[in-house]
Amino acid sequence: MGKIATRDAYGQALVEYGKDNKNIVVLDADLAKATKTITFKKEVPERFFDMGIAEGNMMTVAAGMATTGKIVFASTFAMFASARACEQIRNSICYPKLNVKVAATHAGLTVGEDGASHQCIEDIALMRALPNMTVISPCDGLEANRAIKAAIEYDGPVYIRLGRAAVEDVFDAETYNFELGKGIQVKDGKDVTLVATGIMVQESIKAAEMLKEEGIDARVINIHTIKPIDKDILIKASNETGAIVTAEEHNISGGLGSAVAEVICQNAPCPIKMVAVNEKFGTSGSPAELLEKYGLTAKDIVAKAKEAIAAKK
Amino acid sequence: MDKQKKLDLMKKATCIRKYIIDEVFSAKSGHPGGSLSCTDILTVLYFDEMNVDVKNPKWEDRDRFVLSKGHCAPALYATLASKGFFPVEDLNTLRKTDSYLEGHPSMTYVPGVDMSTGSLGQGISAAVGMAIAGKLDEKSYRVYSILGDGEIQEGQVWEAAMAAAHYKLDNLVAFVDHNGLQIDGATADVMNPNPVADKFEAFGWNVIVVDGHDVEAIKNAVDQAKTVKGKPTMVVCETVKGKGVSFMENNCDWHGTAPKQEQRDQAIAELDAYLAELEA
Repeated sequence: MGKIATRDAYGQALVEYGKDNKNIVVLDADLAKATKTITFKKEVPERFFDMGIAEGNMMTVAAGMATTGKIVFASTFAMFASARACEQIRNSICYPKLNVKVAATHAGLTVGEDGASHQCIEDIALMRALPNMTVISPCDGLEANRAIKAAIEYDGPVYIRLGRAAVEDVFDAETYNFELGKGIQVKDGKDVTLVATGIMVQESIKAAEMLKEEGIDARVINIHTIKPIDKDILIKASNETGAIVTAEEHNISGGLGSAVAEVICQNAPCPIKMVAVNEKFGTSGSPAELLEKYGLTAKDIVAKAKEAIAAKK
Repeated sequence: MDKQKKLDLMKKATCIRKYIIDEVFSAKSGHPGGSLSCTDILTVLYFDEMNVDVKNPKWEDRDRFVLSKGHCAPALYATLASKGFFPVEDLNTLRKTDSYLEGHPSMTYVPGVDMSTGSLGQGISAAVGMAIAGKLDEKSYRVYSILGDGEIQEGQVWEAAMAAAHYKLDNLVAFVDHNGLQIDGATADVMNPNPVADKFEAFGWNVIVVDGHDVEAIKNAVDQAKTVKGKPTMVVCETVKGKGVSFMENNCDWHGTAPKQEQRDQAIAELDAYLAELEA
């Protein structure tokens, strides 16, 4: 298995699916080298538009282009896409349900050394709150590729959360199947379910292995589509394992944990523990050290899994 | 423009103003002042310029219009209904629960609306997006947009202005409805946006200043824009907020206030009198 950042997979997917599809246009806000839209810019310069350092304008320009039938990808860092341009995404893209794909890179703490100002840990919450929005958070390169393909095939607004750091492959192209809005059971188990998104899927798989050594049989579910979330797979997990741990590279408010809790508390209540950033801003540092510092590692998931199991009635 | 054409447009604009008064009166809320100030621009665009098809509002080769100052929806709806996009009888359902005539323009619900607007500063960006797409597809359609002079206090307007000049969008014509007033008072007192023409010129636009209530001057500006290559055109329209209704003119209190019965009757009487004057 290899290693690739989901932003690199995005850049490649844009060329793979966008080169011959004349309806696809790509916008960036002076970050093409970092978001990797530069690969598309090099291959298809006539359908690439740099909008300069003006994210709000970029999102509404994308909306205007989409009204003419274009499938528009608008890329910048997650911080400036989801937060700075939140209202443009809300009023100009989601409200009229236009076909714009906000592909946001550099999400989460693994931005690393750039520090808190660039580490977006609120984007899932912000984008998930918008009616008509679909929110995807892929965990590896292959999943990012398929997410882009699915986003192109889906007519409507999509937010795609991508990372800066290279991540281990989880899935195999031979067997992998991406279905928008469907969770993926990575591993079965009966004692507790680890529900993860993005890079925390890898950590959850490691956590399940660690739990196994202690005799705990953990199920692992990858939620790549956070909105609309796969209720069925979550309700089934609650009913069958009776305890859930969520794991995300995001603040604890409004992210995956909240989305899972909304489904579980209304449909199949069970103890839920959350692994997430606990209401703090990030800091500069290496991605691995930051994940350790903020409690986003396999051992943190293991600890929460034990708490969740202990809380079962 | 021949005299008859000019007279017809002036009459049309007056009828649209009457609809605006009744829309806002029926809704008991809304924005009459700015609607009345941009009426003549809308009238010229929809009745003497734009290539649209009321039977096929989404026709892909149509000219586009974006009301960036979306709160003036009463003016846009009155114009679209007069053009035949939907029944004029529906105008009085404006802002009511279950009506498709949203308080601010919705492209999802209202036939003929090309972009949902209402949050100031965004419409012009959407118009830029449409114009870029038109160039990319080698289409001959043109894109029009009306901005408020208060609206241009939004930073996004200048992001869009920069982008329009950068991408040489000579298929884009925008108007600033320069009536000098906004909710809290005179634009010059609230946050001075002047000199408007100089600013857009500095941003690389072809700028034309006209009397925004002179339909012939507006039409001439739109025609002149077509002769300019490689630049977007900004038509700065000198206007009167509340134009056509004596007690609403130049009074910012009528920015977002609906007339009461007596005021509505007086407004309609004044507009009817002007219409009779035009007929004679």
